[in-house]
Amino acid sequence: MSNIPAELKYASSHEWVRDEGNGVYTVGITEHAQGLLGDMVFVDLPDEGDTFDAGEDAAVCESVKAASDIYAPITGEVVAINEELEDSPELVNSDAFNDGWLFKIKADDASELENLLDAEGYAASIAED
Amino acid sequence: MAQQTVLFDKHIEAGAKMVDFHGWDMPINYGSQIEEHHAVRQDAGMFDVSHMTVVDIKGSQAKEFLQKLLANDVAKLTVEGKAMYGGMLNEEGGVIDDLITYFITNDYYRLVVNSATRVKDMAWINKQSAGYDVAVTELPELSMIAVQGPNAKEKAAKVFNSEQNALLEGIKPFMSVDSGDYFIATTGYTGENGYEIIVHEDKAADLWQQLLDVDVRPCGLGARDTLRLEAGMNLYGLDMDEEVSPLAANMAWTIAWDPEERDFIGRSALVEQKASGKLHKQVGLLLEAKGVLRTGLKVVFTDSDGVEQEGVITSGTFSPTLGHSVAIARVPRSIGEVAQVEMRKKLVDVKVVKSGFVRNGKKTF
Repeated sequence: MSNIPAELKYASSHEWVRDEGNGVYTVGITEHAQGLLGDMVFVDLPDEGDTFDAGEDAAVCESVKAASDIYAPITGEVVAINEELEDSPELVNSDAFNDGWLFKIKADDASELENLLDAEGYAASIAED
Repeated sequence: MAQQTVLFDKHIEAGAKMVDFHGWDMPINYGSQIEEHHAVRQDAGMFDVSHMTVVDIKGSQAKEFLQKLLANDVAKLTVEGKAMYGGMLNEEGGVIDDLITYFITNDYYRLVVNSATRVKDMAWINKQSAGYDVAVTELPELSMIAVQGPNAKEKAAKVFNSEQNALLEGIKPFMSVDSGDYFIATTGYTGENGYEIIVHEDKAADLWQQLLDVDVRPCGLGARDTLRLEAGMNLYGLDMDEEVSPLAANMAWTIAWDPEERDFIGRSALVEQKASGKLHKQVGLLLEAKGVLRTGLKVVFTDSDGVEQEGVITSGTFSPTLGHSVAIARVPRSIGEVAQVEMRKKLVDVKVVKSGFVRNGKKTF
């Protein structure tokens, strides 16, 4: 069973969200998701300043096996992207919850977080897969 | 329930992620297929290919039978142990399977065919053998381990006995020796040096462990696919099948047209296909920008007469050695040096080269 940190929120489409304070949230994909995708070869990130609605595709993780859209878990503006992934996409595989983060988003409405799953809910959702 | 090879427990021990591969439970990787890929390009890796089917053809008419069955001509095999690649065609000139034939003695040849096509291959071979004095015997009790990479031979030498090593001294590519517990061939599916070792299933786990002990890295089907694609080697079912002419799948070199009177199955259809002028050809594609060319994507270009033409990617992947995507495509013969591929709703430019991108660790284009 893969690692699912208790302090994070999750989308059923396998993104995780970490509260960084001041309405900023870091987004990545879960360890379970990177395992399904296999070795990452390209990560296509949004630009800083791009805005997304919750559920809108914001990035692409492309592995040897498949390209997968990454959805913005909450509505807001991208305030930072993980530039390390340009040269080291494998960070998404090796450290999905930390060094493999994708982008940071400034939430328009923090109450949207309530629509996401907690660790237990996410664990249950992937157990059904 | 999927079939397992005798090495199943060794795969689990090594941390393999297992997947269903045409009814076989096989390792896709043991953690990272890219690291496994690099191990084969830079050092030595091994693959369990025990799911492949070994078929022995024995009898006084073994040669005549195979001259009928195969588009390549076994008469070219005159040295004991010599191997030959080629296609087994249907009457319409489509590829039933691609296979390697080993010449053991005048009345004994060994075929190694794909596992995914085992049932239809056996049915076809048995049907065609009627009327020939041959015995067709499938040998499911044989396992096969491929050891590949620039250091593969040196490492494998440590597990072979002195007689085997003596026989392998100075051996050429596409040869084999049968000695002691092993049938050792200098064939492979990676574009690197190495061996494919056929061994009785009772001794396979022991051989695997001995290779592990000399630091040969277990590699899964994921790395096997990126390696063969970089080497420009066809995968049956993707790059060709019963609907595809070998002449459109970079297999023209495996068709032995001479002697003209050799009436191999599919010959007359191939002659017609050639005359029709409609045959596509196989090319390699390079995408140097981000993104990965995937199997089934459409390839478009405008020919020198200004006519829009269309082909298809038969297999595509990310090339770990080159750091960008490569693909094998089947396209109209009028293709030039560039084309476009529709990827994720955008047309992207690709370079057109000969299929085959990496050999012996080095870029070939």
